[in-house]
Amino acid sequence: MTIEIKTATIEPIRSTFANLQRRFGDKPASRYQEATYDVQAETNFHYRPLWQPDRLLNDKRRTAVVMEDWYSLKDPRQFYYGSYVQQRARMQEQAENNYAFFEKRDLARHLSDDARNSLIRHLVPLRHVEHTANLNNVYGSAYGYGTAVTQAMLFDGMDRLGIAQYLSRIGLILDGNTGESLSAAKQSWMQDSCWQGMRAMCEKSLTVEDWFETFVLQDLVIDTLMQELFYVRFDQWLSEHGGQDVGMLTEFMRDWYKDTSRWVDAVLKEAVSESAANQQLIQGWFGNWRGRVVEALAPVVADMNIDDAALDIALQTLDKRAAKVGL
Amino acid sequence: MAAKKLNLKDKYKLLTRDLDWDFSYEDRKQAFPYEDFEGIKIHDWSKWEDPFRLTMDAYWKYQAEKEKKLYAIFDASQQHNGHLNVSDARYINAIKLFLTGISPLEYQAYQGFAHVGRQFGGVGARVACQMQSIDELRHVQTQVHAMSQYNKFFDGFHDWTHMHDRVWYLSVPKSFFDDARTGGPFEFLVAISFSFEYVLTNLVFVPFMSGAAHNGDMATVTFGFSAQSDEARHMTLGLEVIKFLLEQDEANVPIVQKWIDKWFWRGTRLLSIVGMMMDYMLPNKVMSWKEGWEVYFEEAGGALFKDLARYGIRMPKYAGVIEKEKEHVSHQAWWTFYTYGHAAGFHTWIPTDEELDWLGEKYPDTFDKYYRPRWELAKKLEAEGKRIYHNALPQLCNTCQIPLLFTDMDNPTEVSHCVTEYQGDKYHFCSDGCKDIFEDEPEKYVQAWLPAHQIFQGNCGGPDIPDILKDYYHFNLGADNLDIKGSPDEQRWKEWKKQG
Ligand SMILES: [Fe+2]
Ligand SMILES: [Fe+2]
Ligand SMILES: [Zn+2]
Repeated sequence: MTIEIKTATIEPIRSTFANLQRRFGDKPASRYQEATYDVQAETNFHYRPLWQPDRLLNDKRRTAVVMEDWYSLKDPRQFYYGSYVQQRARMQEQAENNYAFFEKRDLARHLSDDARNSLIRHLVPLRHVEHTANLNNVYGSAYGYGTAVTQAMLFDGMDRLGIAQYLSRIGLILDGNTGESLSAAKQSWMQDSCWQGMRAMCEKSLTVEDWFETFVLQDLVIDTLMQELFYVRFDQWLSEHGGQDVGMLTEFMRDWYKDTSRWVDAVLKEAVSESAANQQLIQGWFGNWRGRVVEALAPVVADMNIDDAALDIALQTLDKRAAKVGL
Repeated sequence: MAAKKLNLKDKYKLLTRDLDWDFSYEDRKQAFPYEDFEGIKIHDWSKWEDPFRLTMDAYWKYQAEKEKKLYAIFDASQQHNGHLNVSDARYINAIKLFLTGISPLEYQAYQGFAHVGRQFGGVGARVACQMQSIDELRHVQTQVHAMSQYNKFFDGFHDWTHMHDRVWYLSVPKSFFDDARTGGPFEFLVAISFSFEYVLTNLVFVPFMSGAAHNGDMATVTFGFSAQSDEARHMTLGLEVIKFLLEQDEANVPIVQKWIDKWFWRGTRLLSIVGMMMDYMLPNKVMSWKEGWEVYFEEAGGALFKDLARYGIRMPKYAGVIEKEKEHVSHQAWWTFYTYGHAAGFHTWIPTDEELDWLGEKYPDTFDKYYRPRWELAKKLEAEGKRIYHNALPQLCNTCQIPLLFTDMDNPTEVSHCVTEYQGDKYHFCSDGCKDIFEDEPEKYVQAWLPAHQIFQGNCGGPDIPDILKDYYHFNLGADNLDIKGSPDEQRWKEWKKQG
């Protein structure tokens, strides 16, 4: 195709879509803005959901949090579908290299028995927690309000499925692809007393109705504690107990957490600073779940035999993080 | 230890299917509350066959490669004024209809699949739905990014989501998807995954994408082709859903059949805008609507339903009526838009003489007899400076929301009009198909937000139609609407081409 026309003479008649002009003036918009703002239907819904007749199809009242503009919950990473998958593709390439290296060098062979047993008993069962996190984030995506927050919740949901699959692969590396370690880990998850508190917590989280409460419980409370305990403290314990190479296999989870925390914190901060009522509400949820999740995790932490202070330190990390967003 | 080689199926099963567990502490029904109320019986979710076995790492990798290529084309098109390569300014109106009418449905598909991707009790089905959910988000976003360029140079794209929620003819696609999403999770899958994605989707995508290819619209061609591999996955999901439901319990068969009847009818009503686009809006034609219908429904769909007969599923009800409709609907729809061209957010026009001949050739049994005379009259009136614009608000079908413009198919000069009564009120329909749907769930369809009624009730501003168009719909009057002749779109197009 050849274009003969001198480009200088072709003037655009507007810089972007009208909804973005109303928000930001008539200037060129970013791809994130075009893909995000006002994309979700706002009004004139035809029918009430048969599955929830007291609500509209898209309804702000599926949480008690109130926002003047739900699009103020924007994502500092500016993820829309295209930028999201490209960013994650880079992370998975790194992960793939790590897993390939680990397998090629057969590094599993160098694991101490302690490390191997603890991995199966304490790390691999987290795949079930990640599966819960997948559902909890998809929940926010399905019942939340406004593309800004709901798309990011879906990205998080898919991330968690990915992490559950990485954890499963760790199991398969340990058992030479027989699936035995996955069964053993599931057995632990289902029956070992140390996991029952956390399993009950996961089941409970799936019955919480308010999607923003689910978000606080999962993405703030559970995730911060889990990150600190399993991917920082337990990782340390592993490197001191003949499992130092496993860090390669969990690097993805640490990188992911760094990336995702930016978004979670931005959303919380914005919602909390919106009004005193939001602050109180979210504070209430945080206070309630913080104690219960700690209680649920305590037996696993004890069973892991890591540093006695681990849970306290994790709790401090959580409280620091909460304070940063205004809780 | 020598690692055992795993085949794809076993690997996927180990990585994904075993993530869920039997609850001990909470009632599972509270976590997955919507599975029972439709009357569908599921005995064993583990019988679900994963329609595609894609792990997330592979998903990120493949999709990122596709996005990279796609956005490279968008960037190039923007740098080189790609919008000047389309066949004619008339073509642009087809994609205005796409952005305001179809792209918001991609968004609703994202939402609907997120909903069922959270709600199904089986992890295999959930994950497949979640992947479709994120794919559909991709589709709406890539479409907006493709159209972003056109919005900068043409009218009618500028407020697409606002219009989708309000404009009279856009309530046809909006109510279609609202209907599916407000249904139960199994109805949603039969409606969207099976009836729409599996049976009818080719009739949306092939016409729009080959239409774009024939008319020099690289951006649309590229997002269309790029979405094809996603669609292939969605179609396998649609087929798996049907098989799974039918195999789980015989009592599911009549429920599924009823949904197929309903959604097939609703789907073909929605497709009448595609038919009109193919026959009238593409300056370079691809094939006629009738030909498209024969290839993509009658041949492909016929084979499918033959296959499903072993489960006790028959052809959708009214398939016979639809076979007759393929001769008429596109002509009747474009005529309606032409005569209501002042109230449309895109331009309309009289087909050229060459196009009238093409239509006569493609529709030998109907066009010259019923439709050419209308256009000859329109031409005459236009030449006299009296272009036809109808002002009366049309009566809308209470189900599909299309104005009562379709005729009785055996008597193509008589408008088809069915009526039913519910709780003392009269409700109007375009067809028996739409009336049946209402009568099966009247308490749902009485809630319909019918644009004409809403205008009469004063819910859309006004009182005059131009005020409603301007203030409630956000049309730029004199720019977005009316005939292409004399429009700013046309003037600019001529100016650009002169410079070339
Ligand atoms: Fe799509
Ligand atoms: Fe699709
Ligand atoms: Zn109808």
